[in-house]
Amino acid sequence: MSDAALALKNVGKAFGNLEIIRGVSLDIARGERHAIIGPNGAGKTTLFNLISGRFRISSGEILLNDVRIDGLPPHKINRMGLSRSFQITSIFHRLSVFENLRCALLWSMGYRYSFWTPLWLQRELTARTDAMLEDLNLTPRRDTAAGLLSYADQRALEIGMTIAGGASVILLDEPTAGMSNSETDNAVALIRRVSKGKTLLMVEHDMKVVFDLADVITVLVYGQVIASGPPHIVRANPAVQEAYLGALDAA
Amino acid sequence: MEIVLVSLFNGLVYGMLLFMLASGLTLIFSMMGVLNFAHASIYMIGAYLAFTVSRFVGFFPALIIAPLLCALIGAAIEVWGLRRVHHNGHIAELLFTFGLVFIVQRSVQMIWGMLPMAYRVPPSLDFSLFTIYGANFPAYRGFMLLVSVGMLVATWLLLKKTRIGLVIQAALTHPQMASALGHNVPRVFTIVFAGGCLLAGLAGVIGGNYQTTEPGMAESMGPIVFVVVVFGGLGSLAGCFVASILMGLIMTFAVVINTSMLDLLRPLGITVTGDNLFTEILTVPVARIGALLPFAMMIIILSFRPRGLMGTRDT
Amino acid sequence: MTASRFWQISIWILVLALAIAAPWAFYNYHTGRQSGFVISMLSQMGMMSILALSYNMLLGQAGLFSLCHATFFGIGGYATIHFLNMASAGSLPLPMELIPLLSGLSGLGLAIVLGYIATKQRATAFAMITLGIGELMVTSALMFQHFFGGEGGVNTNRMIGRSLFGLTYAQGIQVYYLILAWTLLSALAMFFLTMTPLGRMANASRDNFERVQFVGYDPRMVRFFQFALSGLFAGIGGGLYAITYEIVTFDALAAPLSANALLMAYIGGSASFGGPILGAVLITLLQSGVSLMSNSWLVYVGVLFISMVIFAPSGIMGLVTAHGPIVRGGQLGRLAVPYIRVLVPGILMVAGFVGLVELTSFLTIGAAQGKSLVLFGNKIDVHATLPWLSAAVCLLGGGFWLRLEARSFRRVWEGLMQGLKPQRSVA
Ligand SMILES: Nc1ncnc2c1ncn2[C@@H]1O[C@H](COP(=O)(O)OP(=O)(O)OP(=O)(O)O)[C@@H](O)[C@H]1O
Ligand SMILES: [Mg+2]
Repeated sequence: MSDAALALKNVGKAFGNLEIIRGVSLDIARGERHAIIGPNGAGKTTLFNLISGRFRISSGEILLNDVRIDGLPPHKINRMGLSRSFQITSIFHRLSVFENLRCALLWSMGYRYSFWTPLWLQRELTARTDAMLEDLNLTPRRDTAAGLLSYADQRALEIGMTIAGGASVILLDEPTAGMSNSETDNAVALIRRVSKGKTLLMVEHDMKVVFDLADVITVLVYGQVIASGPPHIVRANPAVQEAYLGALDAA
Repeated sequence: MEIVLVSLFNGLVYGMLLFMLASGLTLIFSMMGVLNFAHASIYMIGAYLAFTVSRFVGFFPALIIAPLLCALIGAAIEVWGLRRVHHNGHIAELLFTFGLVFIVQRSVQMIWGMLPMAYRVPPSLDFSLFTIYGANFPAYRGFMLLVSVGMLVATWLLLKKTRIGLVIQAALTHPQMASALGHNVPRVFTIVFAGGCLLAGLAGVIGGNYQTTEPGMAESMGPIVFVVVVFGGLGSLAGCFVASILMGLIMTFAVVINTSMLDLLRPLGITVTGDNLFTEILTVPVARIGALLPFAMMIIILSFRPRGLMGTRDT
Repeated sequence: MTASRFWQISIWILVLALAIAAPWAFYNYHTGRQSGFVISMLSQMGMMSILALSYNMLLGQAGLFSLCHATFFGIGGYATIHFLNMASAGSLPLPMELIPLLSGLSGLGLAIVLGYIATKQRATAFAMITLGIGELMVTSALMFQHFFGGEGGVNTNRMIGRSLFGLTYAQGIQVYYLILAWTLLSALAMFFLTMTPLGRMANASRDNFERVQFVGYDPRMVRFFQFALSGLFAGIGGGLYAITYEIVTFDALAAPLSANALLMAYIGGSASFGGPILGAVLITLLQSGVSLMSNSWLVYVGVLFISMVIFAPSGIMGLVTAHGPIVRGGQLGRLAVPYIRVLVPGILMVAGFVGLVELTSFLTIGAAQGKSLVLFGNKIDVHATLPWLSAAVCLLGGGFWLRLEARSFRRVWEGLMQGLKPQRSVA
């Protein structure tokens, strides 16, 4: 068994004849915190969609813990221990915050499609959901419909739902986008806490967050990896400097 | 032989009638994402209006006036109804048009009564066009074919040659883009909806005296039109055309085929005895299950290809 | 137990008590008999409640717009006729009280088969497949003599002579209580389902079917199980229908009944569990009440439905529960005057609309049936101008007035809600 939790081998994706991802290869080591950066439209979200099974890849291979997962439907990939969040918040807006988190826990706790288990009697499930709520600082909003939450709370819930199932590989797509400074700090603390002992792959535009959190940074431009490595090396890379027009220095 | 020719011709006529309805429905769906349940109701209104108008001014003026009235009705539905439920999502829009079906159904009965109307082919078109193998081709069917082909060409020109046509085309292929084009999207919606209703109304005018103008005509036409649109692939006018003609042919041919499933099995040396549901299914002649075929085909195609025959996006 | 939970339970118990007592309110002490009309209406309400609740398992809870729900109701009905015939012949040793269980299993069986195909898709494609399935089933029912009995349908005699409680089911009242018991049982079971993992995931896939996949669930399986189970309950409803009427024709699985299921669930309120019951009761009342008086009741139902879609997408129950915060804040009294102010023009407008509809309908259908329009004992000449004019004035005048009043009502409402908000966010 190699020590890569997630491995991409020459992955490509084309929409029609538009190649969005062109031969991306990546190894994400177990326990690593890995950030993907790149300009708008570089294909970062598309890459996440490919890894998580939302889109089919056009070429290449994706391995999760040395098992091929490309071609599998998203729910199967999720059950194998890979969970993702969405750039555009994707929650169950008419359900309460509590229900949202509970739904995210159900499969991993083995409830499957049970239509004979009364949920209100499931002590451990409730306890774990409540612990999640506490962890996310959402306890005061427990019974609010998720659609009515503030933006930052919705983002927190989004992250919460992603990690609730206890996946070992976590993909976060711009978790702090659109947050104020203090909200970002909270989110970073949260991510740091919940990603302990897990493999984290995140897309992030906020360089402060990236350098704060990431062990490894990969730069994606026009669907290609132009640099990958520890933060200080990537920062010094001239190609990256060019692509980012000095944005990295400001960080 | 003559039965084949006659059926072919009738199938074509029926198929074109279907296409006139289905193309409007497809346009509306592609543009607004709404499958308009009330489309066949507009078809029925078209037929009734044509009947009433033609009593006063004759058939040919009615051929113009009735579809225009239908377009007005369509515009009203879009502006005062659909637009208001739009923000509640697609299911709400579906439900809205579904409710319209009831209202139109009963309103037509209230205004024109329960009995079939004496809406007949105009005398000037009531002759036999030509005769092959002793079978007559009524001139009116030729006229229907003419009108529908004319309409097809007109719609095509409108889509290809005018600005609004280009916007609609863009929306057909890239639905999300429509609003990004900077056009007055609500107005385009209204125009498309009214245009679709115009086509449905026209189909009603020429279909009303081909079939019968009675309160059940929407109910019998509606499901078939849906089948055509879904089968052909939502959003694809070409698929819609193929499906219309296919369904027209299938339905006219099925009526004249008297073999049953058992007849097909017989050469294989299979016979069945007894008298139960199973033998009944096997011995039913195709002519009687003709009405079932479109639905069976739609279910089969949708369960394997949600985009339908030529559709570009999921239903 | 919270206060609101207490009230909810109290209301349910009250409804149940009313349902038990209702036949006796119309008991005729002179003849010593129940009112046949009332009993049959109540029975109808029972089975329609099951139908609407089971429909709402799809529409309200899973966000699935099905157009073939009556298929499972109907199949339950047809199967039950055959079960009863078998029971009479002695080949099915089952008491009457348990027969609906078999009806439900028939519905479940068919829903598993058809649901396997239909639930491959969602949204519009799902609606279209179910439309096709519904049409297929109706055509088959009309075509095949065996099992469906063709156009004449199949019939039976419900007095099979076997009962857990020694009942003969000769009188309607006994059947009614059988229906009530099964309605209660089904409603409880369906309520239970909403609080199981499957029920929750159905809600989740209604809200966001895509996200469901990323928490490990296959939305198609969620739809499939939900669809199959809703078929089970629809089948029970159909079984009760067969027991009540002793005849089942294609009407029991035809599109109008599917549409009715939708209307009941939606008008009652698909967002709450009890809404469909309310809808079933209301529509059945309208159906047996208004349809006696008016030819055009379907227009009224249609207009009611469309108005709900536009103005009150969460149904009557949704309108009621929207008052919750105001009631809890003790401010309901402040809505009394605004309510009266919208009610007056509202009634005027409705009266004008009904007037126009009735006048039109009496001009054609009524004339064909040789009836004439009678209002407060006076015959009204539908060809005169005055009635038309006054109805039109009522409709338009009422409409404009209502728009003005509705605006001020909204202001009051929003003001109240605003005032209550701080309290809510603390809670
Ligand atoms: N389903 C799709 N069909 C066609 N093109 C697509 C599709 N999804 C994404 N694209 C295109 O792929 C490109 C990359 O998009 P993607 O969302 O992956 O970028 P991104 O790196 O996440 O950008 P951002 O920083 O703005 O989130 C864009 O040009 C987009 O238009
Ligand atoms: Mg992105």
